Amino acid sequence: MLEIEKINVSYGDLQALWDISFKVEGREIVALIGPNGAGKTTTLKSISGLLRPFAGKIKFEGLAMEKMAIHERVEMGISLVPEGRGLFPGMSTLENLEMGAFTAKGRSCKDETLEQVYELFPILKNRKKQAAGTLSGGEQQMLAIGRGLMSKPKVLLFDEPSWGLSPLLSKVIYEVIGQINHSGVTILLIEQNVRTALELANRAYVVENGRIVNQGDSKQMLNDQHIREAYLGTESA
Amino acid sequence: MSWQVFAQSLLFGIFVGGLYGLAAVGLSLVFGVMKMLNVAHGELLMLGGYATFWFFSLYHIDPFLSLLPSAFILFLIGLGLYKGLFSPLAKLHEEMKIKNSLLIGFGLSLIFHNLAIRLWTADERSVSVLYSGWGFSLFGLRFPFIRFSGLVLATIVILALHQFLTKTYFGKAIRATTENWESAALMGINIEKTSMISFALGAALAAMAGTIVSIGYAIHPAMGLEWTLKALIVVVLAGLGNIGGAFVAGVLLGAIESASTLFVGPYMEVVGLIIFLLVLELRPQGLFGKSMG
Repeated sequence: MLEIEKINVSYGDLQALWDISFKVEGREIVALIGPNGAGKTTTLKSISGLLRPFAGKIKFEGLAMEKMAIHERVEMGISLVPEGRGLFPGMSTLENLEMGAFTAKGRSCKDETLEQVYELFPILKNRKKQAAGTLSGGEQQMLAIGRGLMSKPKVLLFDEPSWGLSPLLSKVIYEVIGQINHSGVTILLIEQNVRTALELANRAYVVENGRIVNQGDSKQMLNDQHIREAYLGTESA
Repeated sequence: MSWQVFAQSLLFGIFVGGLYGLAAVGLSLVFGVMKMLNVAHGELLMLGGYATFWFFSLYHIDPFLSLLPSAFILFLIGLGLYKGLFSPLAKLHEEMKIKNSLLIGFGLSLIFHNLAIRLWTADERSVSVLYSGWGFSLFGLRFPFIRFSGLVLATIVILALHQFLTKTYFGKAIRATTENWESAALMGINIEKTSMISFALGAALAAMAGTIVSIGYAIHPAMGLEWTLKALIVVVLAGLGNIGGAFVAGVLLGAIESASTLFVGPYMEVVGLIIFLLVLELRPQGLFGKSMG
């Protein structure tokens, strides 16, 4: 469904991604794991169009996307729930959700999707008139996810969905991500909490220093010696 | 000094302040969406004033009626300016964007200023309608009809803009882009198109302010700079990108300037600048802006 072929991205003179290639199949959950600064966020930004690779291809459902504008990629069905949530703090919860449904496809079934989002996160309905900037951290993350769903995406990209949340809330968010996947949405996510990510995902790629250094079935990775030592903080089993 | 003299000058200050507000709203809208400062905003206002003047002189169209045609002409000019000059800046880094927009704006203001002198001479002009002497008195205060209706009209324009920005999908997209353009793009909002329409809308708002200025006051080719300056002061008072606050801050500046003439006479312009510096120093987020954390 989503094919990344040898993308290279740089910030000025500093190259951040080197020949990154990976695939996400329809209805999968794929995780990108790796240390801070490895290039995970850069990868997601390149897929959504916020950054432009200077070399390489990005294909979505067989179509080349690397030249498309950000909004065109959203129209095609790619939605990013960005790092730090990226809400519109001065606009109400409802307005944030409405903006999520800006695309033609999103707008045509706005009311229906809104009900689904309220079903996933009932608290958002109570907060609908409240400015997004005044919501609690957990509510803001729920809003960011809800807003990402409003465009009716085929693939949803998550950049650290549990960022700044308590373990309990992270668990809730992860359950919802699982539910979203069950409803037919493909998921590509980045997560600091490697164990949670691997438990949820079908497959994972390890990114280090802007390169993919390992990949595989996420359940197997949970038992992988290197992964355990580097990311899970446990000695070999 | 009697309270009546004071109240009367305060009232006249509020009338002109409504126009400061209207001029500032356009500048603020453009800055909010594009993070560019169009210092030729005052020249666009001047062109709007001349459009209304010529509609009246050549075709005897009532200036209040030419508000929309003048705005439409400047809307089109705004589209052209954006496409030709400002749109290439959109890809630049934020700091380079504002610096380059300042340079382009200064160049544009010189061009429009001199073009206006060439085409229409440097004479002061104003639209003198038959009803320019009309007015009414209330509580012993004089309400000249054209200035009073100018303020009413400016208020209506601002309310209409507010409705547009809060009730329509495209208006909300403008606000979303102002708050966080990257997120707005991730919602599927076409930032290029939103910027273009916002810039043209800013020009149209300048034209409406120019129209009202040409009725109650006077227009001349060199007026642009003073209006840009007023608009800038008001935008800083209100907080950058704060559209509702800009109108209130405009009225406030007009009232303060006008009242201060009674105390400092010809130095009233300085009062505005002093307030500008004080706000920058003490409350850089603006009187109505939220602190940036």
